[in-house]
Amino acid sequence: MRLVLPLVLLVFVLFAASLLIGPAGIGVWEGLSALFTMDESPQALVMREIRLPRALLAVMIGAGLGVSGAAMQGYLRNPLAEPGLIGVSGSAALGAVIAIQTGAATAFALALPMAALAGALGGVLVVVALAGPRGTSLTLILAGIAVSAMAGALTSLVLNLSPNPFAASEIVFWMMGSLADRSMTHVWLALPFMVIGGGLLAATGRGLDAMTLGEDAAEAMGISMGRLRLAVVIGTACIVGAGTAVAGAIGFVGLVVPHVLRPLVGGRPGRLLWASALGGAAMLLAADIAVRIVLPERDLKLGVLTALVGAPLFLHLILKLRGTRI
Amino acid sequence: MTVMELSNLSVTLRRRDVIRDVSLSVGKGEFIGLIGPNGAGKTTLMRAALGLIPFVGNSSLAAMPLAERAMAVAWMPQQREIAWPVTVETLVMLGRTPHVGALASPTDHDRSQVDAAIRWMGLDDMRQRAATRLSGGEQARVLIARALAQDTPFVMADEPVAGLDPAHQISTMQTFARLAEQGKSSLVSLHDLGLAARHCTRLVLMSEGRLIADGCPAHVLTPERLAEVFGISAWYQDTEQGPVCQPLEVIR
Repeated sequence: MRLVLPLVLLVFVLFAASLLIGPAGIGVWEGLSALFTMDESPQALVMREIRLPRALLAVMIGAGLGVSGAAMQGYLRNPLAEPGLIGVSGSAALGAVIAIQTGAATAFALALPMAALAGALGGVLVVVALAGPRGTSLTLILAGIAVSAMAGALTSLVLNLSPNPFAASEIVFWMMGSLADRSMTHVWLALPFMVIGGGLLAATGRGLDAMTLGEDAAEAMGISMGRLRLAVVIGTACIVGAGTAVAGAIGFVGLVVPHVLRPLVGGRPGRLLWASALGGAAMLLAADIAVRIVLPERDLKLGVLTALVGAPLFLHLILKLRGTRI
Repeated sequence: MTVMELSNLSVTLRRRDVIRDVSLSVGKGEFIGLIGPNGAGKTTLMRAALGLIPFVGNSSLAAMPLAERAMAVAWMPQQREIAWPVTVETLVMLGRTPHVGALASPTDHDRSQVDAAIRWMGLDDMRQRAATRLSGGEQARVLIARALAQDTPFVMADEPVAGLDPAHQISTMQTFARLAEQGKSSLVSLHDLGLAARHCTRLVLMSEGRLIADGCPAHVLTPERLAEVFGISAWYQDTEQGPVCQPLEVIR
């Protein structure tokens, strides 16, 4: 538990930094007081309507991706698993792409996140139906790959048939993932799903610990495999679906964060859930601050940055792992 | 008093009868060796008895709710899976999962059970080592300690001595024998007929999904049965140092 305090502090500091860094150039004290006063000054509007939702979304989505990555790796007993594996991010993206393509997204602001949520729901229903009540972790992976492939193919089809080049480029940029220009409405839309998903995953710690010994041994220790699988799938789907709906596809957080923190929690999957939630929030806050600092005028996409940072970090970890294992 | 009661248990996988009409009753304080050639259905029988796979017939363990069953029987699968680099102590503590509540932390009683299991399997020196970095034989002993820490009246283990050196094979068999002396029962699948004859209080012989023989080692390991089921000849004798069974030749 010596890990919790530094991680909480880190998230706290990064959250404050996220609120205080931006193109509007608001001072530290000025910004913080504008956040808590109810006046209609431009500073207060910037703080409350632009920066606060952005920072809140970074915390929610980062924590969600971290915890669902840890749960997925724990359930599949594979350090290479990630939340996107069950096909939810792919099918959420499909929903969003259809909303952009049909023009619904421009007609009605919430059409895009709603369509993405509907896509995620469709994807998870197919996965649950395919993986079945008596399925194993392998059937879950296969079902996820099938749904991802299908959603990917349909997304490509929509792009392929798009008569409008602007819609196509809008789709491509949306799929890179970003937290820019999100409002409190996005926060309120994602929050219930994040809370439900987080609650489901938080309760899987004991089952995931037992899964260290495999499905048979865990079931013989009184863990219901069916319930555990359903909690992991639905919990991950809620989080990834809501996250993708409001921010687009943000990769590598769910893969890298549990991997980095695993040695610090003694490899225990249950403890890794909490640590990865905090770690994921910290990583996404940091990445979202970085896109504002590195290329402020070029609108660097968050998903591009997490992949740029995540991939080399992951390579480094693999090289380190290769050194310690015989 | 019995710890497990199977009656007319059958398992069909992919339209093939893997287990046919097996009835078996395990009493208190028995150390039963489950023997039979590869593919005889030993693992399937144990998994069905636990309710891990669908079956036809009756199993007293599979009929229990999950939480109650976890208090009645501990199971050590053949696949020695250790997915994450947790310490030996943490891994053995997993055996206490059914006893520790979802939000509770382990009590002193849980810790003393873990200590006892670690001591029994001679793992004191490696308590803080990562279980994934141990040798195969050491991992097997850690997993047996995990099953012991579950502190159930009945233990089922699938080939627990496979891959162990002779000293640890014998001490593992003695561990199950000592459990039997304390009134705890075990059902252990084995391929080593010598160890089975010497340490088990009772042997159950399976072949092609059927129960062929059930009784004391001398009664089960007859030359005719060994020839018919395993296709081997063996030397069996009750010596001054206990029963000895040494397989000799393949006769098929």
